[in-house]
Amino acid sequence: MAHFEFTTPVTEAQVRDLKVGDTVTLHGTLFGIRDATQIHMFDRGRTTRFDLRGHAVIHTAPNVKKVPPSPEHPTGYAPVCVGTTTSARMERFTQPLMLQYGVRLVIGKGGLGADSLDAFREHGGAYLAVIGGTAALETTWIEAIEDVDLDDLNPESLWRFRIRGFGPLLVGMDSQGGSLYRDVDAAARSRRADVLASLGVKAR
Amino acid sequence: MRVDSREVEEAAKQLYIRALKLLPPDVKQGFDTLARGETDATARGILGVMVRNIAVAESTDNLLCQDTGIPIYNVTIGKGVEVDGVALKEAIRRGCERATREHPLRSSVVHPVTRKNEHSSCGRGVPVIHFDFDGAADTLAIEMVPKGSGSENNSWLRMAIPAEGVAAVKAFVVDCVLDAGGKTCPPTIVGVGVGGTADLCVHLAKVAATRPLGTHCEDPEGAKLEAELTAAVNRLGVGPQGLGGDSTAFAVHVETAATHITMNPVAVNMQCHSARRARATFTPAGVEYGF
Repeated sequence: MAHFEFTTPVTEAQVRDLKVGDTVTLHGTLFGIRDATQIHMFDRGRTTRFDLRGHAVIHTAPNVKKVPPSPEHPTGYAPVCVGTTTSARMERFTQPLMLQYGVRLVIGKGGLGADSLDAFREHGGAYLAVIGGTAALETTWIEAIEDVDLDDLNPESLWRFRIRGFGPLLVGMDSQGGSLYRDVDAAARSRRADVLASLGVKAR
Repeated sequence: MRVDSREVEEAAKQLYIRALKLLPPDVKQGFDTLARGETDATARGILGVMVRNIAVAESTDNLLCQDTGIPIYNVTIGKGVEVDGVALKEAIRRGCERATREHPLRSSVVHPVTRKNEHSSCGRGVPVIHFDFDGAADTLAIEMVPKGSGSENNSWLRMAIPAEGVAAVKAFVVDCVLDAGGKTCPPTIVGVGVGGTADLCVHLAKVAATRPLGTHCEDPEGAKLEAELTAAVNRLGVGPQGLGGDSTAFAVHVETAATHITMNPVAVNMQCHSARRARATFTPAGVEYGF
């Protein structure tokens, strides 16, 4: 179990070094992305002016406050509370995010599935787990909202955050086919019959 | 006692913000209980971060979680309380909108077909407002629950049949917890509705999921199921965030209702570890805020 400090963007080699159980803390730039953002990007043909190559995206839609634009808040948005949403809903977007946009790291909670694991293996990517529901803490790792695109989808815009010390995040899925979520799920299901027996129920 | 709808509007606003920032003491205690019994080191670490987040939210006056949820207001009208029901509903809606615009909060509410967000946390039928009556109290109580989507997206109903017996209820709960995995932000409160009609059964599951920790089903049969199922689901090893460990659920809560001779319905609704709720009680002396 190693710890890594990455400044984004990262290289394929850096990501391929990560193994499940390692931890990563990120610095630099982080892109916020969500259901509607990706539905519009991949189902409705919209594109972004942002260069996501080698970058990390986080499954989020933040609470923001409108403020007068300033050097500190160039977009006119100040972060209020930035957290992480359940990744599983966005499973089918991992492959195109990596293939079309060159994204390397996906940050979320609850894990992704087999298609994403294949994408991480084929293209060199990893899934980093935030502890879901700890947004007050996560917000302290965000320095500013640097830019925003597709903002008609607000709050599901494509956000560009400047971050410092974002983590530690747990590597939940790696580029070598490792997935903590798959392993925990398989172990839990293997206990199903015993647990049902303890309730006087015969497993079917 | 007469209740002024302007005060209700102010309370509806305050309650939404308060619920998003302050976790009830029973949930904090629930973390302590889980942490003491947790044998997995990663899981203990995750529980520690969750507890730290509660402290950070309080010290920075921030929201516990980014998910402002679907706003639910449960109104309980006591004996001798005079209230204009229509005005009360409108006041709650206005308070909910004001919390969203004035704090500001992320409006998480969209039209189900157009997906248009009015940025008010309101829409058709939302906020959800329930009314009930309490002959034992002479107050008006409003409970506010911002119901997050990670847990709400994991809701199930099964219209089992009498021949399947209570075994169907038990197996269903275990399978729902397995299917939810880490998606519900465990440790959760697993709410189970048993009996009723289809819609009542689902409603009971929500009541169970949002009930304070440490409370038990008033029906002894339901309470018995709660004890058995709480122990059972915590033997699955799903753990906090679905990353393994003993702490899968704070508790399984059950609510029951009579059902039809041909029916055996069971529903599951979950509440995430950020089990947020807030309460305002209107008394002749003023409004008291609590959980």
